[in-house]
Amino acid sequence: MENKTKNACDGCSQYSAKGLKKLGVNTENIDFVVALAGNPNTGKSTVFNALTGLRQHTGNWPGKTVTRAEGAFEYGTKKYKLVDLPGTYSLLSTSQDEEVARNFILFGKPDVTVIIVDACRLERNLNLVLQILEITDKAVLCLNLMDEAKRRNIHIDERTLARDLGIPVVPTSARFNEGIPELIKTISEVANGSIICKPHRIKNVPDNINKAVQKLSVEIEKQFPTIPNSRWIAFRLLEGDSHIINALKTGELV
Amino acid sequence: MNNKPIDTIIELSNDLRWQIGDDFHDNLAEGIYADAAEIVKGSVHTDQQQKQFRLDAKIDKIITSKTFGFPLMFLILGIVLWLTIIGANYPSSMLANLLLDTIHPALKNVASGIGIPWWLDGFLIDGVYLALAWVIAVMLPPMAIFFPLFTLLEDFGYLPRVAFNLDYLFKKTGAHGKQALTMSMGFGCNAAGVVATRIIDSPRERLIAIITNNFSLCNGRWPTQILIATIFIGAVVPKALSGLASVGAVIGIAILGIFFMFMSSWALSKTVLKGEVSTFNLELPPYRPPRFWKTIYTSLIDRTLIVLWRAMVFAAPAGAVIWLISNIHIADQSIAYWMISSLDNFGFLIGLNGVILVAYIVAIPANEIVIPTILMLTVLVTGIAGGEGAGVMFELESASETGNILRAGGWTLLTAVNLMLFSLLHNPCSTTIYTIYKETKSVKWTSIATLLPVIMGLIVTFLVAQIWRLAF
Repeated sequence: MENKTKNACDGCSQYSAKGLKKLGVNTENIDFVVALAGNPNTGKSTVFNALTGLRQHTGNWPGKTVTRAEGAFEYGTKKYKLVDLPGTYSLLSTSQDEEVARNFILFGKPDVTVIIVDACRLERNLNLVLQILEITDKAVLCLNLMDEAKRRNIHIDERTLARDLGIPVVPTSARFNEGIPELIKTISEVANGSIICKPHRIKNVPDNINKAVQKLSVEIEKQFPTIPNSRWIAFRLLEGDSHIINALKTGELV
Repeated sequence: MNNKPIDTIIELSNDLRWQIGDDFHDNLAEGIYADAAEIVKGSVHTDQQQKQFRLDAKIDKIITSKTFGFPLMFLILGIVLWLTIIGANYPSSMLANLLLDTIHPALKNVASGIGIPWWLDGFLIDGVYLALAWVIAVMLPPMAIFFPLFTLLEDFGYLPRVAFNLDYLFKKTGAHGKQALTMSMGFGCNAAGVVATRIIDSPRERLIAIITNNFSLCNGRWPTQILIATIFIGAVVPKALSGLASVGAVIGIAILGIFFMFMSSWALSKTVLKGEVSTFNLELPPYRPPRFWKTIYTSLIDRTLIVLWRAMVFAAPAGAVIWLISNIHIADQSIAYWMISSLDNFGFLIGLNGVILVAYIVAIPANEIVIPTILMLTVLVTGIAGGEGAGVMFELESASETGNILRAGGWTLLTAVNLMLFSLLHNPCSTTIYTIYKETKSVKWTSIATLLPVIMGLIVTFLVAQIWRLAF
C-alpha cells in the first residue's frame, strides 16, 4: 500500500522535477533569467546550489555572498540562468552589496525574481519583499527554512499569504531539498506566463505622499509608457536618489 | 533621446519633495512595515511556547556574555589550532615522504637516464618541482583540517557572535563592527578577507578593514609560526610542556596580530581616515546544526583546493627563482650570496639575518615557501653538510634536525621570536596586494596597505632586538 502511494506521488507533476537538468556554470543560450533575492542568511545560496548543482559556499552568517554568482538549469525544454544576489534587508542602497542586488533587479530585468524569506521571521523579511514587488511584477516567494518554522510551531497559511502578496508562494526547506521541485515548477510557470502575478503595492502610505507619487508616476508613464515600476521610480525620485535620476537620463530603465 | 521631458519629471520631483517634507523616508518605511504587519496577521499563526528560541537565547547569553565571551572565543580558537597543529603532523610527514623522499629522487633518476642537461634538470626538478611539493606537503594537511573546522563553526552560526563580542572594541577604535567578520575570514586567507569587506557600508570603515586585514595571521603563515615555535619555543621549556608552549606561542602571535589590528585601526581612524562610526544592525542568526559531511566536502573543494592551487601557481616560479639566484654566479659567488651578505648587517639590527630577509623577498608571491627558502639559503651560506646542493629546497626528517641547521647558521631564540613577529608583521602576499588594488582601485591605499605592516614589523623587531640584547 505504502509503496503505491509513494509511486503515485512520484508520478505527479507537483512532486517530480524530472525535467530538471542542472547545468552548473554553463549559461549559454538562455531562455529566462531568474534572480534570487532575499534577506541575509535566509538560504539563498543553498537554493542556488539545489537548482544549479553548483557548490557555492554557504555559511550561517549575514553577508556571506558579496558578489553575484551565476549558474543555470534546464527544465522542460527551457534553459534558465540563475543569479544569486547578495542578501539585503532593503533596497535603499548604501553598501556595495545592496547596490549589486538592487541594480540587478532594476536594470538586469530578470524574467522571474525569486524572493527567499525566512519563514520564522516573515514580518521582518516582508520589508524587502514589498520593496521588490514595487519594482517587478514577476516574482515568486520562496518560504524557506520551513523545517525551523515547524520546530518553533509557527504555522503559515500559504494561500492567504499568496493572495495578499499577489504572487505564488512555495514553502521549502532547501537544506533538505524539500519543496525544490515545486519551486522549479512555479518559476517556470511565472516565466512562461501561465501564472500572472498581481503584486501587492504598498498601501499604508500617508495621503500627501500618495498624491505626490501619483502625480509623478503619471508623468513618468507618459514619458515611458512601457515602464512596469513607475511608482517605485517615483518613490526614488522623491528620495532624491541620484543613481535613479542618472538612469532616467540615460534611458537605462526602459 | 530627448532629455526635456525627463528634466521636467526631475523638476517636478524636486518640487514635490519640498511639499511632502522631511519625513518622507520614515513615512514610507513605516508604511511598508504597517503593510507587512497586516499581511503577517492574516497568514501567520504562532503557538505560545517557543522553546527552540529560548534555547538559542540561552546559548547566546553565555557566549556573548561579558564574562565568558572572550575566554570562550580564545578557547575555541585554541582548540581549532590545537587540532590543526597536532593533526597535521602525520599527513604532512607522509606527504613529505612521498613527494620529497620518493618521487623527487625518482624524477632525478629519470632525468639523468634520458640525459637532460644539469641546469634544466636543476631548474625544473630541484627548483619548480620541489617548491610545489613543499607547498603541498606543508599546506595541504593543515588547510584540510583548519578550513572544515572553521566552516563548521561558521555554519553553526558562531561568527556573528564573535562580531557581536568584538563590536565594542571596534567601535572604540573607530572601525566598523562587521570588521570582526572580515578579520575572521582573514585568518583563513587575507585575499578572501579583503573581498569580504564589501559587507561594510561606509567607504572609510571599509578601507580600515582592508588595510588592517593583513594582521590576521593567514593560512600561509600558520605553518611558519608552528614550525619555529615547535623548534625554538618548545625547546626552552621542559619536554612535557613543549607542545603546550608551542601552541601558546602561536596563539600569542595570533592575539598580538589582533592587537596590532586594533591599534592600527585606531590610528587610521584618528588620522588619515577620520570620521564617525556608523551604526548597523547585526542579526544573530539561529544556531543551525551544520550538515557535517556536506560542509566538510564543500570546504575541501571550495576553499582548500582553491587556496592550494593558488599557492602552487605562485610557488612554482618562486622555486625557479630560488634555484637561479643560488646557481648564477657573479665574481665567484652566487647572486643569493651577494644578496644575503649585503642584507646581513641590516638583518642583525632587527634581530634577524640576511638569509631571512632574502627569503622574504623571494617569497613575496607565496608566504608558504619562506621556511624552505630560509633552510636552503642557510645551508648554502654556512656550507654545512645535509643540504642537497645549491638551490635545492629540501625537507628535514624532523623538527630537531631543522633546528640543528638553523642553530649552526647562527640562530638564537631571539632570531626565532623575531622571525615569528616578522612573519606576522610584513607585507601581504602578492595575491592579497592585487586583491586590495582591485577592491580599492587606488594605488595610494594599496601602497599604504602594503607598506604599513612592513614598517611596523621593522620597528617592532628592531625594538625587540635592542631590548633583548640589553637584557640578556
